[in-house]
Amino acid sequence: MLKFILRRSLLMIPQLILLSLIIFMLSKAMPGDAVTGAFMSNPNVSQEQVEKIREKLGLNDPWYEQYGRWIGKAVQGDFGQSYVHKQPVTSLLAGRIENTVLLSLFTAIVIYLLAIPLGIVAGRWTDTWADKMIVTYNYFAFATPLFIFALLMLFLFSFILGWFPIGGSGNIRIDPGSWEYIVDRAKHLFLPVMSGALIGTYGTIQYLRNDIIDQKIKDYVKTARSKGVPEGKVYTRHILRNSLLPIAAFLGYEITGLISGSIFIESIYSYPGLGQLFLQSISQRDFTVVTALVMVSGAAVIIGTLLSDIILSIVDPRIRIE
Amino acid sequence: MTNPVIDEKKLIAQEKLNNPSLLRTIWREIMHDKMALGSLILFTIIVLSAYISPLFVDQTALTRVNFLNVWKPPSLDNWVGTDDGGRDVFGQLMIGTRNSLTIGVAVTLIAGLIGLTYGLLSGYYGGATDNVMMRILEFLMVLPSLMFIIVFVTIVPNYNVFTFILIMSIFAWFGKARLIRSRALQERELDYINASKTLGTPSFKIMFFEMFPNLSSLVIVNMTLTLANNIGIETGLTFLGFGLPAGTPSLGTLIAFARNPDIIKNKWWVWLPAALLILVMMLCINYIGQAVKRASDARQRLA
Repeated sequence: MLKFILRRSLLMIPQLILLSLIIFMLSKAMPGDAVTGAFMSNPNVSQEQVEKIREKLGLNDPWYEQYGRWIGKAVQGDFGQSYVHKQPVTSLLAGRIENTVLLSLFTAIVIYLLAIPLGIVAGRWTDTWADKMIVTYNYFAFATPLFIFALLMLFLFSFILGWFPIGGSGNIRIDPGSWEYIVDRAKHLFLPVMSGALIGTYGTIQYLRNDIIDQKIKDYVKTARSKGVPEGKVYTRHILRNSLLPIAAFLGYEITGLISGSIFIESIYSYPGLGQLFLQSISQRDFTVVTALVMVSGAAVIIGTLLSDIILSIVDPRIRIE
Repeated sequence: MTNPVIDEKKLIAQEKLNNPSLLRTIWREIMHDKMALGSLILFTIIVLSAYISPLFVDQTALTRVNFLNVWKPPSLDNWVGTDDGGRDVFGQLMIGTRNSLTIGVAVTLIAGLIGLTYGLLSGYYGGATDNVMMRILEFLMVLPSLMFIIVFVTIVPNYNVFTFILIMSIFAWFGKARLIRSRALQERELDYINASKTLGTPSFKIMFFEMFPNLSSLVIVNMTLTLANNIGIETGLTFLGFGLPAGTPSLGTLIAFARNPDIIKNKWWVWLPAALLILVMMLCINYIGQAVKRASDARQRLA
């Protein structure tokens, strides 16, 4: 067990290095560097002075030295300065990350709260009207593009019905910590979370339904039935134990979907999180922030899949043999 | 007992009846499923009107700005109203659908070709080659691809429709490669491949002319389903402002108007039809795709 975790974690290191190399190459290909961003707009700084600063900052060094310096600092949490916001990138990210984590966390919770019961019902009572309705709903969830669904939700509930605010993460004038503050935050979170969650259920429902249908005809279920286990307990005690555990393990893989989803959701609901920051920074050519964001998201996904694999190996020992 | 005369033609005909071609099975499956048939008819109408109507519409009139006609709600002259420059939304809708469909198909084909080649190579050779190629693929699959596409779109020099298609294709083939590889791995153990190898057929020929035809139904099913996905990604990127360059309208361009709170509520005719059209197309393509999927797997067939 420990050996598997160790080996799987070691596999992550080359992935992280490769990711950082690709991102570093990309950042070099982005127009402008630290000096152009800070001084080019200043007419009092001459071309020679700019060259001198470049030399001093080491921007004329070979790429591998520059990469070494960049990654060394990045590991310590220093991603340089944002030229647009005039503050360290790390503190900029720290200010936004809470919103995105909150959004993703609630989206994931709602996805599981919806998908697990629906998947169980569809799998247990196959071909009933309930199953047919769940399968139809799941089909819509699969086919609908996220940004269109989110836009339609915003249009219907915020603009036509006026039930929810049209954007933002909360009213800054309300005192944090008060009851009003929590209600206000929840109101702002509700639509973005629902937009992501209602059509994010596809994979879980599909998996659970198919798996329960597969398990139903297995020998251990027959044995349980023939020794007189009540039908309800056959499902809760026997089948669900086998079907539900892998679901817990897919949580890590969900991170990829949540990250790309947050870009659309945050843009549509003008929700101040990392996804919105990414789009703003790339439009304003604030490339240090872009580089940091891609690196952080990539690392989050790699660590997420690592967690998934480890949970899976605990749940299902057969995977460890490989 | 007379020696039976073997009528070869009759045998072949019988064989064909017993094993209908994939196209025939798909057709039978679609005819049997009312939703799929409806989807096919609706989708054909959308495709035909998107590709034929621009031939009859004056394209220059569509891009001409007319300030007397700005933000007109739907009327008989402009079926779904006009936009901020007084341009007819319906005409833009048709051209946008055409562009989105063309790009979706192009990305699906290019990504399909890359994924097919990668999957076949990895699966056919197996062993160490497969191991290395799969580690690379695993790495590519964890990349936050949406972010990478957006970064590429902004930094690529002289950005146009073709570079956009290429960038999208680069990130669209991973799943396909894995799917084809897993089937190719099973296929390589079969006798016909071994026989071919013994005869000295070049590997390239075995892969593309002998193995590929046996995987073709898998590829067709996967491509139909990913077509919808690719159209969704393209319109989504254009909606965010990182898709088609200005001057090539897509359905996403019309939906992007909805980023303005005033337009989303009071000038809904500009973006809502485009959003609903994408939704309808996605549902149609997926219904057809499901029918194709059932046709390719005898156990799931309804007909």
